[in-house]
Amino acid sequence: MFANLSDRLTETFKSLRGKGRLTEADIDGTIREIRRALLDADVAVPVVRSFTAAIRERTLGSEVSGALNPGQQVVKIVHEELIAVLGGEQRPLTLAKHGPTVIMLAGLQGAGKTTFAGKLAHHLKAQGQTPILVAADLQRPNAVTQLKVVGERAGVPVFAPEAGVTREDERPHGDPVEVARRGLREAQDKQHTVVIVDTAGRLGVDAELMKQAGDIRKAIDPHEVLFVIDAMIGQDAVATAQAFQEGVDFTGVVLSKLDGDARGGAALSVAQVTGRPIMFASVGEKLDDIEVFHPDRMASRILDMGDILTLIEQAEQKFDQAEAERMAGKMQRGEDFTFTDFLAQMQQLKNMGSMKKMLGMLPGMGAMRDQIDNLDERELVRTEAIIQSMTPLERDNPKVLNGSRRARIAAGSGMTVADVNSLVKRFEDAQRMMKAMAKGGGMPGMPGMGGPGGFGGLPGGKKSKGKQAPQRKVKGKSGNPAKRAQQEQQARARAAGEKPAAPAGSAFGLGAPAPQEDIDPAQLQADLGKYLRR
Amino acid sequence: MDVTWIPGDADLVVIIVALAAIGGGAFALLRRPGGGQQPPSAPPAAPPTAEPGAEQPEAAAVEEAPAEEAEPARAAPEAPESRLARLRSRLSGGFGATLLSIFSRDSLSQDDWDELEETLLAADVGAASTDVLLEDLRARLKAEPEAEPIALLRQALLDVVDPTLDRSLDLTGAEGMPATAVVVGVNGVGKTTTVGKLARVLVAEDKTVVLGAADTFRAAAADQLETWGSRVGVPVVRSDREGADPASVAFEAAQAGKDQGLDVVLVDTAGRLQNKAGLMDELGKIVRVVSKVSPPSEVLLVLDATTGQNGLTQARVFGEVAPLTGIVLTKLDGTARGGIVVAVQRELGVPVKFIGLGEGEDDLAPFDAEQFVDGLLGR
Repeated sequence: MFANLSDRLTETFKSLRGKGRLTEADIDGTIREIRRALLDADVAVPVVRSFTAAIRERTLGSEVSGALNPGQQVVKIVHEELIAVLGGEQRPLTLAKHGPTVIMLAGLQGAGKTTFAGKLAHHLKAQGQTPILVAADLQRPNAVTQLKVVGERAGVPVFAPEAGVTREDERPHGDPVEVARRGLREAQDKQHTVVIVDTAGRLGVDAELMKQAGDIRKAIDPHEVLFVIDAMIGQDAVATAQAFQEGVDFTGVVLSKLDGDARGGAALSVAQVTGRPIMFASVGEKLDDIEVFHPDRMASRILDMGDILTLIEQAEQKFDQAEAERMAGKMQRGEDFTFTDFLAQMQQLKNMGSMKKMLGMLPGMGAMRDQIDNLDERELVRTEAIIQSMTPLERDNPKVLNGSRRARIAAGSGMTVADVNSLVKRFEDAQRMMKAMAKGGGMPGMPGMGGPGGFGGLPGGKKSKGKQAPQRKVKGKSGNPAKRAQQEQQARARAAGEKPAAPAGSAFGLGAPAPQEDIDPAQLQADLGKYLRR
Repeated sequence: MDVTWIPGDADLVVIIVALAAIGGGAFALLRRPGGGQQPPSAPPAAPPTAEPGAEQPEAAAVEEAPAEEAEPARAAPEAPESRLARLRSRLSGGFGATLLSIFSRDSLSQDDWDELEETLLAADVGAASTDVLLEDLRARLKAEPEAEPIALLRQALLDVVDPTLDRSLDLTGAEGMPATAVVVGVNGVGKTTTVGKLARVLVAEDKTVVLGAADTFRAAAADQLETWGSRVGVPVVRSDREGADPASVAFEAAQAGKDQGLDVVLVDTAGRLQNKAGLMDELGKIVRVVSKVSPPSEVLLVLDATTGQNGLTQARVFGEVAPLTGIVLTKLDGTARGGIVVAVQRELGVPVKFIGLGEGEDDLAPFDAEQFVDGLLGR
């Protein structure tokens, strides 16, 4: 796992903490790190150059001077700039005033056009539109078949007069331009409100196919031309995007395969170079795995700052709703967190996949990277074994655990009594923390979690699980003067920087009239913030 | 940063579980007003991406009988020189030209170094590998101030790509057993097409081959592979229904290879993103099950040349599940330069064995390090 930008910047600024002012030399080091982070995220070289130049200008200005923790200040600036570029031109899909809205999809081979066509149709259908899919990809073997399958799954009709290539050795026949034109006529006849035209994947350098795409564009005069690009693409993103801009003059961008772990710097390159807005993100293989694009999340991702919202969404998908409701109810009623709950949560966590991976997504975990790397996932199994060796009574009332019961549990789980003791001890700490949260609605002493690079806060957060949690809530300050200064600074930075950032997330969430997501990110972020900060 | 306050790993576990409980609880609270408006989850997934192997019709038209396919001159990708010349002309357009203009100056200024660095970066070589390469070049220039910088850079690149590595396919199974090869990769990089082309190459080498269509997920993947099989004249083992257990298909293919005393079993797998734990486990199972018949002697990762730094992660994660023996770099016929190869080989030591230069069926060429580097340098 690579250290993320926050960690590296902190390292850069280590020597100058307390100096309070940034010199040009300091900024050089910073810029180098930012440049490196952007390059590692596959942002195109020319874009990196202009971007870092802008950052240098901003950091050299008055904004940073006097800052106590310049590292975080710089990250904040970079983050804001990224959001500005990524979200600069956000807008919803343009829908035609009358007659069918025509949407054309274009992109490289294997970018995910056909899959996205199905998702978009599904998405629009949910909004009350009556879309029709037009199969104008007569090039790739079985592309038409695939679109039919996709259309069937989405419950959307597919207009496919030409079968396209169904065998590898067949010569492409049929005229995609004609298919597109007839598809449009079909839509007008049958009163469809949206026409989605899937075209063949092509290489940017393939002049012939590009001309064909241009011809289709001319023939159907689409309201939107969406350029589908793979989030994993590297430096070639710029050349590809420019070729397609010349060829089909796309009006919006779709970032596909964002469910992978590519950092997706291509998004920045394409947005910067073409000035076209990124409108959708395709995040999985299912039909409803389509999202409106969130510039703020993308910015965090490019900077590798952790993505708490994604984590939450992932948790939401995998978590058993009933179980979550039960937990929430319990917390509200102020009931104790028991081993039964603990076990249930742990099993849910296991469903979410690798713990290391998940931890990696939490912001501010950089400082704990070593621990995370050393984390033995089998520890989870051992803990589970201990709990499973308890009787239901013991699970619900840990207080009854006397010496002989503990000895039995240790024997039953193949662990030692000391292991059982330490688990019970730690569990009690966690229980206390949960209680404090349920009451106060905030996580005591976890100040760093929400901010970029909240490493400074984590030690406090960690301890807060322990006995110090309630104390800390009252004091809210570290005994260590240096740490306290840092905490105060963080608090200030949060007050200044985080608040506006949060609503920005939803403001740019250009989700067309009705965003398909059922949670409003702004609400989520605000409420979550309650748990993460204070 | 002082992190000694963390008493042990286990603590982390407890905290995470507690956090998860909180997270879960938070949601339920948030969602309560909505009252379970969770959108019904869609039926299993649309086939994720296009397998990019649209065949050139001309090539197909030429070949009629499978017997002809076996003619080595036809199937063993002949004339790689001409293809590489094509590749080189494209590569040299950007990379080589810039390098030449840089190196034609007498001494290298800081700006030149910067430019050099950006050129390497722009080829997707990656920041870390670029640093190492430039450091290497600096050292070489110091040692041999008289030498031509471009020759030194060529040598530096060559040392990373290492032409002495064995890039042939190791497909000699144990006595009486077929050699097995598994082809893996993320969605939409061209796995099925690569399997088809590889089968062609193997048939040309007079090997008997069976293909296993373990991509039971994408709608038309098995059909696509079957088409390849019938053209090259090799049997394809496939499941008769969609969504079957890919491991069982792979096993049957390997078993068929053993029973019929064939030389090679080529298993095509479904595309999967490397961060999907469930799918990676499935891949692990495929490899394990195939190993019951004959441990895979080749696990080939198919990488798209346009892939950026994520390619390294892909190689690393796939390698953890199924130790990679080689890489097939596809779609080198675009504008992408595939510099990620350099990074992958430097960090993981997995060599590129084949490159895909286009959509034609013979456009799978063995990777030649010297020609590749020369191409990069515009020679």
